[in-house]
Amino acid sequence: MEVHLRFLVKKKITYSFLILVFFVFSFLVFNKALIKDKTYSPDFKNKKTSYLIDFSLPELYSSDKIRLSEVIDNKEFSLVNVWASWCVPCREENDLLKSLSSISSLQIIGVNYKDRKKNSIKFLNDYGNPFKYNLVDKDGTESINLGAYGVPETFLVNKNRKILIKIIGPINDDDVKQIREIING
Amino acid sequence: MMLNRLGRLLMVKKRFMVFLFLFFNFFGNCYSETEPYSKLENDIAKNLRCLICQGQSIYDSNSEFALSMRIYIKDQIDSGHSEDQIYNMLVKKYGQWIVYDPGYSKKTFLLWFIPILFFLLGGAIIYLRIYKSKKYEKFF
Repeated sequence: MEVHLRFLVKKKITYSFLILVFFVFSFLVFNKALIKDKTYSPDFKNKKTSYLIDFSLPELYSSDKIRLSEVIDNKEFSLVNVWASWCVPCREENDLLKSLSSISSLQIIGVNYKDRKKNSIKFLNDYGNPFKYNLVDKDGTESINLGAYGVPETFLVNKNRKILIKIIGPINDDDVKQIREIING
Repeated sequence: MMLNRLGRLLMVKKRFMVFLFLFFNFFGNCYSETEPYSKLENDIAKNLRCLICQGQSIYDSNSEFALSMRIYIKDQIDSGHSEDQIYNMLVKKYGQWIVYDPGYSKKTFLLWFIPILFFLLGGAIIYLRIYKSKKYEKFF
């Protein structure tokens, strides 16, 4: 009888130990998952190199086909901005883009995403035009080729089309500061 | 009399159910003519996560991103790319998050091996318990 009792106590201890281990394990897992930042953005610093893909699209005003690589080759740095007239954050970001367009070694190239020509031209007339070129992406496939999520989205690339910064969503003052720092070396 | 009637009603119902079953099995597999996407396109869209939506695949979503992605998938298929090539291209652009299949990598090996580990551990516990209980039966 005594042996039996001792066996039971031993069993109880092992069980409670296992349960404790289980709880500690799940606590650690959930704790780690909850602390981690949920907003997802792809890592660019971890990747060694990522280059902007090349494509040709018609220009907004002239409707001539323009090759992105040829345009980017003109200046030291280029800011490729995906925008649309129906996108409200693009209006807010427009002023910051205009302030950046005064930098001599930088050109701003717009990718007009899923938009009507009439509306885009009206947008540029109303809010000002920071773009040197505007490539029209009517069905949004070339923006997917770029790796863009939607509007607005901004890529800072150098002459070799290497992506230096990618900003998902409207750019803010901090982003502008960062862009200026990179351009000034 | 009542029972007879009920039985007949049930029979009719049964026949009707069988008919319905066959009907939906037969016609359910047909594609409607208005379906704008091919089966391959839909299959690929189901395996891709809509990155700007919450908990939806490209197949489920009607967002601008998903609609563009649909056209992109169609273009890639038309230009002769295989299903796996399309996934690889998109993973390169958007990262592993876009596909539902997490794949094997340093980051995901735990994901693949923990279930196997738990299975073996559970098996070991069950085995030991049965083995031990038999051992103690001899004692008492």
